[in-house]
Amino acid sequence: MLSGHPSGFLAGLYRTLYTIRHFETECIKLYRDGFIRGYFHPYLGEEAIAAGACAALRRTDFITSTHRGHGHCIARGADLRSMVAELLGRSTGYCQGLGGSMHIADVAAGNLGANGIVGAGLPIGVGSALASKLRGDDRVTVVFLSDGAVNNGVFCESLNLAATWSLPLVLLIENNQYAVSTPVEQATREPELYRRGGAFGVSSHQIDGNDVLAVYEKVKEACGACREAAGPVLVEAKTYRHGGHHVNDPGAYMPKDRLDYYKSRDPVERGRRILLQSGVPEEDIRLLESQIERTMEEAIEFAKGSPEMSTEEFVKFVEAY
Amino acid sequence: MAQAVSTPSPTAARTILYREALNEALREEMQRDASVFLMGEGIAERGGSYKVTVGLLSEFGQSRVIDTPISEASFVGAGVGAAIAGMRPVVEILFVDFTLLAMDQICNQAAKFKFMTGGKGRVPLVIRTQGGAGNGLAAQHSQSLEALFYHIPGLRVAVPSDPYDAKGLLKTAIRLDDPVVFIEHKSLYMTSGAVPRDEYLVEFGKGRIRRAGRHATVIAWSNMIPRCLTAADRLAGEGIEVEVVDPRTLVPLDLELVLGSVRKTEHVVIVQEAVRRGGVASDIASRIQAEAFDFLDSPIEIVAGLDTPVPFNLNLEKACVPQEEDVIRAVKRAVYAK
Repeated sequence: MLSGHPSGFLAGLYRTLYTIRHFETECIKLYRDGFIRGYFHPYLGEEAIAAGACAALRRTDFITSTHRGHGHCIARGADLRSMVAELLGRSTGYCQGLGGSMHIADVAAGNLGANGIVGAGLPIGVGSALASKLRGDDRVTVVFLSDGAVNNGVFCESLNLAATWSLPLVLLIENNQYAVSTPVEQATREPELYRRGGAFGVSSHQIDGNDVLAVYEKVKEACGACREAAGPVLVEAKTYRHGGHHVNDPGAYMPKDRLDYYKSRDPVERGRRILLQSGVPEEDIRLLESQIERTMEEAIEFAKGSPEMSTEEFVKFVEAY
Repeated sequence: MAQAVSTPSPTAARTILYREALNEALREEMQRDASVFLMGEGIAERGGSYKVTVGLLSEFGQSRVIDTPISEASFVGAGVGAAIAGMRPVVEILFVDFTLLAMDQICNQAAKFKFMTGGKGRVPLVIRTQGGAGNGLAAQHSQSLEALFYHIPGLRVAVPSDPYDAKGLLKTAIRLDDPVVFIEHKSLYMTSGAVPRDEYLVEFGKGRIRRAGRHATVIAWSNMIPRCLTAADRLAGEGIEVEVVDPRTLVPLDLELVLGSVRKTEHVVIVQEAVRRGGVASDIASRIQAEAFDFLDSPIEIVAGLDTPVPFNLNLEKACVPQEEDVIRAVKRAVYAK
């Protein structure tokens, strides 16, 4: 089936999908080898949401991210060297090694930050969307949030604020069906999460979160509505993690048949298939993949060779605190 | 940090209320900088519970003076997001007691964003709120919670005690690139004082000697300042000259001013309305003994609220919060007077 999109565009989408997949796979190895410490929440299995959504954005738009945020950073065009360096706690990282996996932000690129607090990016996204409205510019904010976040109080508050003020905000629920280990149907009586938007007067939609083109098209439509002052829009993208909550959680509570089902609908493989079907030869795709692998290798070398902030530099950095 | 401290010029000053001084600060900063806007409950048409934002809606319009639903966590968070995105929001939380609903956004988000981004991100946000007892508002509308914010690195904390400081500090707060928790006192809104007609700023981290004296140093802030000044007048009648030091901001704290006074008087009383346990007074006391132990001629006295929620009954409320007599007794103990 042909997508109707030019192959250059599809190659761009696949580049993002594969970069996220490869970045996470390589960084998990770095974690296992002791180079990365702390919490690491892989985005494996959810790549199509960040890739599709960010492809629909303009450079000037904003996103807020989550604790499972590497994919959002990459899809927003992050520099892999600064990202790996941050995960390794080096001073060349996005946050000089002070933030780590859960706190990467790149305000200049419109990424207002990952977050260690579930749901906390919602009000912040309301704020950047409010800023856009007050300034009269046409920037849209996309808030990535999880099925866990919808049961936090700020979800209702923020959805209501955004709706009341008609803000240019897209709430993009990445429903991976677990809040840490609690299945979504155990955490709410209405697991069709998009239905909550209607109660707030918000246009709400559910899509296949493993289909990068479906995500792209729906988020593009949502952004268009926001730019015409018809926001906010709520989109629920259904997906599934390829493993546990973080790298040290084997995810034993995830039923095998369900995992197999979602793996058979792997978003990266699907993106690759679409690209092949558009007429791009296998060897060209392989070349693209090897370029990404090479970039990642260089990023890892760069990070490993980078210094850490010294205690003296740190003391100076926090002087004003 | 902000610019130089100006002092009131008596010729150009007039007497206005604390709430009017705050209103002037907001108006001037909104005129000066289009990125400044206000958000809060009932601040627009109603002008705020304590009339601080009266008249601002008609001057600046509803896009810059925004009434919010009762959603503290999210409208404070919206302030954080708007600040990160380049605006300078001033968010009003009706009572400091209600900041507890927004603590994640204040303490985990606003306070830490600049740090977590390795210094690249900025949150030029002012959270205006008011605290304190005095009107029989009971346990959930009378607290003094400055210690909570004092405890969190990344926040600035201002506690103005008179109209001059209220105006100068608020103007500075709005211009700072770091989040400020600006705690007014409900019993001070209708107090008056001299405020210059000309523009001025009050720098954060620069305290003020509110009354000079040589026998004892009394450190206090917010509504405890007028109480300590009255106590100082009465003590002067008995020959005890008290120096009253108002740090004006708790973060940053003007420890040099405090220590200078302590070295001179050698006797210290710290007065806070907040409960004693885990309070700012205890921390200031520990800093004084660490930095000026050899100068101390008596144990540091702390006069603080009782370790209890504030009761509704007015007599009991009074008993829970430091009064002039408590300050006078503490000063006398400190200077070994009868």
